Amino acid sequence: MKRLVSLLTLLVMMLGFIAACGQQPVAQEPTPTVVELTEEPATEEPAPATPTEEPQETEEPQETEEPEDVTPPTGDFEGLIKIATQSPLSGPQAAIGLGIRNGAELGVEQLTEPLTSLGFTVELAPFDDQAQAEVGTANANNIASDPDILCVNGHLNSGVALAALPTYRNASVPMVSPANTNPNITEGGYEVAFRIVGRDDVQGAVAEQFAREELGIQSVFIIHDQTDYGQGVAEFFRQNAEANGITVLGFEGTQEQSQFDSILTPILPQNPDLIFFGGIYSQAGPLFDQARRAGITAQFMGPDGLDNAELVTLAGEAVADMYYTSVAAPVSQFPAAAQFAQDYQSRFNTPAPPFSAQAYDVVGICVQAIAQAAVDAGGKPTREQVVEALRNLDPYEGITGTYEFNDIGDPTEATYFVLQVNYDPDNPEEGWNENAVVKRLTIAPPESE
Amino acid sequence: MAQTNPQSSLQVGTWDQLKTRLNRGIWPYLLITTYSLVVTLLLFRNPSTSRNTDILFVLFLGIMLLTYKMALRPEFKLAIAALFLGIGLPYFGTLNPFYMDIATMVGIFVVLALGLNVTVGFVGLLDLGYIAFYAAGAYLWAIFSTRQAQNIFPGLAHLFPVPPSWFFIFMLLALVVGACMGLLLGSPVLRLRGDYLAIVTLGFGEVIRVLATNLDRPVNITNGAQGIRDIGRPPLFFEPWVREMGVDLSQGQLYQLFFYFLVLLVLGFMIMVVYRLSNSRIGRAWTAIREDETAAIAMGVPLVRMKLTAFAVGASFAAVMGTIFAAKQLFINPPTFDLLRSINVLSMVILGGMGSIPGVILGATLVTLLNLQLLPRLARELSVLQIPSQFDPTQYQRMLFGLLLILMTIFRPAGILPEDRRRQELEGNAIDVPAEIEQSPPQATEPDVGMKS
Amino acid sequence: MVVQATTGSGHLVGQRSIKTILLEIFGPLLQVLMFVLGSATILSLIVILFAFVLRGSRTDIDLLQGTLIILPQVIIDGMVRGFLFATIALGYTMVYGVLEFINFAHGEIFMVGAFVGAGFGLSLAQQRMLADFPPLLFVVLAILLGMIVSGVLAMLTERIAYRPLRNAPRLVPLISAIGMSLFLQDLVRMIALATGMGFNVRFQTPPLGGSLPLGQIPIGGDRFASFSIDSRALIFIVAAIIMLIGLNYLINVTRLGKAIRAVAQDRATASLMGINVNRIIALTFLIGGALGGAAGVLFGIRVGTINPYVGFLPGLKAFTAAVLGGIGNITGAMVGGIVLGFLEAFVASYLSLFTRGQFAGANYADIAAFSILILILIFRPSGLLGEATTQKV
Repeated sequence: MKRLVSLLTLLVMMLGFIAACGQQPVAQEPTPTVVELTEEPATEEPAPATPTEEPQETEEPQETEEPEDVTPPTGDFEGLIKIATQSPLSGPQAAIGLGIRNGAELGVEQLTEPLTSLGFTVELAPFDDQAQAEVGTANANNIASDPDILCVNGHLNSGVALAALPTYRNASVPMVSPANTNPNITEGGYEVAFRIVGRDDVQGAVAEQFAREELGIQSVFIIHDQTDYGQGVAEFFRQNAEANGITVLGFEGTQEQSQFDSILTPILPQNPDLIFFGGIYSQAGPLFDQARRAGITAQFMGPDGLDNAELVTLAGEAVADMYYTSVAAPVSQFPAAAQFAQDYQSRFNTPAPPFSAQAYDVVGICVQAIAQAAVDAGGKPTREQVVEALRNLDPYEGITGTYEFNDIGDPTEATYFVLQVNYDPDNPEEGWNENAVVKRLTIAPPESE
Repeated sequence: MAQTNPQSSLQVGTWDQLKTRLNRGIWPYLLITTYSLVVTLLLFRNPSTSRNTDILFVLFLGIMLLTYKMALRPEFKLAIAALFLGIGLPYFGTLNPFYMDIATMVGIFVVLALGLNVTVGFVGLLDLGYIAFYAAGAYLWAIFSTRQAQNIFPGLAHLFPVPPSWFFIFMLLALVVGACMGLLLGSPVLRLRGDYLAIVTLGFGEVIRVLATNLDRPVNITNGAQGIRDIGRPPLFFEPWVREMGVDLSQGQLYQLFFYFLVLLVLGFMIMVVYRLSNSRIGRAWTAIREDETAAIAMGVPLVRMKLTAFAVGASFAAVMGTIFAAKQLFINPPTFDLLRSINVLSMVILGGMGSIPGVILGATLVTLLNLQLLPRLARELSVLQIPSQFDPTQYQRMLFGLLLILMTIFRPAGILPEDRRRQELEGNAIDVPAEIEQSPPQATEPDVGMKS
Repeated sequence: MVVQATTGSGHLVGQRSIKTILLEIFGPLLQVLMFVLGSATILSLIVILFAFVLRGSRTDIDLLQGTLIILPQVIIDGMVRGFLFATIALGYTMVYGVLEFINFAHGEIFMVGAFVGAGFGLSLAQQRMLADFPPLLFVVLAILLGMIVSGVLAMLTERIAYRPLRNAPRLVPLISAIGMSLFLQDLVRMIALATGMGFNVRFQTPPLGGSLPLGQIPIGGDRFASFSIDSRALIFIVAAIIMLIGLNYLINVTRLGKAIRAVAQDRATASLMGINVNRIIALTFLIGGALGGAAGVLFGIRVGTINPYVGFLPGLKAFTAAVLGGIGNITGAMVGGIVLGFLEAFVASYLSLFTRGQFAGANYADIAAFSILILILIFRPSGLLGEATTQKV
């Protein structure tokens, strides 16, 4: 009896499975508008102080034709388009990762007019990659499985981006990075990878040239933070320094965040002219501060990771008049970016961290590319079409620069800056925005391979 | 339980009654079939990632748990498991690659947790550096399937990278390397007890990670913090005949399926090995060592050999999983193998129930799901509540995980599915159990009605 | 925990001679100082020997001279590191002594102390009182605040997360502690962000003075190696020594200390002797937490910048130190901390110098620390000062 029952139920189950499998393709076809939950409806939050545009009524169904439209769209222009962000929202790097998310949120609120006027609804889908490669990959699969996500805005860490890129490539999801400067992102042969920032190999060379020619540096001690980013840029600095006759007294990496005595002590007797730090400001601050206190008189220098007002809070006088390079223009260079900084401050109650403005621009770029692809396709575009549109992007005028991409996804021209810290002891963080641009170079990315 | 208040005992009563009733006759068969069918159909109806799919996916995985817990004939259980793991889950995976990835990661972590369970659960040796073996396996394949190996053997540069089909040879090699590493670490520290061992293994794990981060100089072996990219993947030898069967899947999906089934295969093998071991002479010797080392020595248990065996078994499986992980991810870098990962695996073992094989499987599944799927989802759901950005729950997944660990350990100190022996121990000791445990909800002591068929 | 078997039963505190009491307070401290001197001397000799042997390998700089120039600084670094590890390790070892479990969240207790101190400095700065605040008073007040908050927090964690698990299998409280550690990290982060302190917090202090020159020694030619000690490092070392004296007094002389030792030795018997075991365990957490909190404040003053994850690594190292010295043994924890601190400072500072930068010393310091640990444990399986008989079967 029991055996019979078990056999019978098994049979039923088998049938059920078969039924489920057979039924599936039919069920899949209606685009999954069924139970889509919306994370952050862009309409609910009135963006404060946005003087230029009033595209908030995303629900409006009527289609206002784009002025430059050649062919009138044929398909139905309804549906949901999501732009994902991937950045660490928890863990030690959450402060910067949040900047990317928040910047993108502002972007989705303010820049989606080209899509909403076509009738689409645009949403942000933020993901937390925890700065861990594995979580980033899992999220990438999550993104790949959501057909509404047409563009990824991320990552912060090159290591995570490189781990997630194979997944993006498999699903043809375009990734436009607001922050990854590691050359491998675009050199790795991933046709879905784009970025709007410069590259570390160029940045390292720019920094080295400035140090040698303008500062007259003869010897340097290089420290990096053992991440793809920091070590990468430090490595390029070293290669150029060695090639050009600067004595490299040392090249050390450390993941230490606060106690640097054991790295600084060996530097003391070598007495370098310059300490170059490849890494992020949060590590650089205490490092420079402790170096001065230990009696090291060398000048300090670093890459765009140092570009944060918090550096002066953390390092104080130690960074007065320090030079650093950057791949992105400082906020003070663009009036539009100043508006962004103001919006950011009033919306999130904290000054805009680095890369948030870039994340904002990435949203703009994604929107423009998707809109272009939609017009070309006459409906909601496929991801492949968005990748194609990004590749052939019309120059996009963003708040941090004008962008279009070359064959491998680098911006055709990236601007590199050398800046000098303006230290104001009474009000250190305010003074940061007045950092002087000492040098400005526009360089095309190096020939790949 | 001496002084449970009447009301809660009443609840326990009805709950037990319900459980017993549902576990008799054809009821469990009907129940499981309806449940499976309903959940499966609902899930397959709309496979795109959303909150509902997330919930349904967990319920879907719950089929396995329910099947395990219900009083069903073993053949029936096996059949359901085969249907579920062999057809249902992979089919759903082809519809939604995210869940396929989750399922594969769950499989990987289940194997890791089972391996750690051998040392921690069976023998009682606390190992805080378990992830080192996993890292060794991953780096083994990563180095030899890319050009990294040319730096190590400059004279033999033409041999590297090895052809992708060698992946299977390297899986075996990883087994050996892992076992050797286990022996290497095990032999000097065997004289240490308990917490000394914990810190030495922790140190070992850190040493491996530091080496992985720093061995880009003087000879570039691991490519340092940059990690290794473009790791080789075994060839899809089955691709032609899958295509012949008319299955139209992309290369990426086929690889996902391939890794899923590979992990499943290793997992099955692992469960078999661990199960056989735990019920063998070796397993009993391990238990003896765990319960009382001195007494075990007195009874003639070869202490050193037994402990070394445990280390080697756990380590070898971790290393094999490492190679699979490297090939699956295509990219590895040192932070993937940090202490937190070891702790994560340990928490799987302890939450599930040390020494209990089904418990550990459940623990690993739960923790992996939590980390990769449920906590991110929960955080995003909560963010609808318009909480000020400082308290934005998407930022505090670690906090939620920590809180969960504390609550779980307080309310289920022996794990979710405790090992029989441990459960008895806990109940036997009820006299000096502090009041907190007494007052905890009825699940604290598992009523073992309906557990066995 | 060291059980002073010599104090006979029945002796009351008051009846002991001053000499015994002094010996009991300063005896362990002398032992620690001997290890300080010993480690410093032995390691210095080793590096000088290495420098002498490898002299010819580097032509760009004079290796011997380079070694000698930084030697005083390395010794000071080692001492600071050593006392840091020692003060944190005490918390681990005391808890281990009474409960036989590793309080993984202790690193976070340390971090909370640092945040309390930083918050104190910040609030003074906001009132524009910081610059004129007497520096010594600031240090003392910050340490006291840190001690109180961290101590109470440690007690709370025990009450919430560990006490319910006292009879659970051995490893279960460990998982609870790990959960507590993750929870506290993000809780502090949340509070710091909500109160506007930010993620990376500058530890503001009144001007504490710069480096104090101690002297110069000629090292051949016309070059001198100048000794100087950063005033913050000096504060660290002095405060740590005072705390160690206080702890020794508390443990070895007072009745409370005796009760703690009794509970550590045998919980059941102690409870039969009329000792309120729960209370003593809570007090142990309080003391250990307070020490950790004080160490956190001192650490914050010394390094200048802290964040919510700053406690994890020092906690790990301190745990290593506690094991190195023989876990459960108070003097052992201090000694282990000192040895580990010196070892790390020397390896970190000299390895890259000797290997022409091929091996970055600061990274291999961890490896050195753990290798020494394994070596010592192989030859002395229960740590430097651990007693072979303390194993509880």
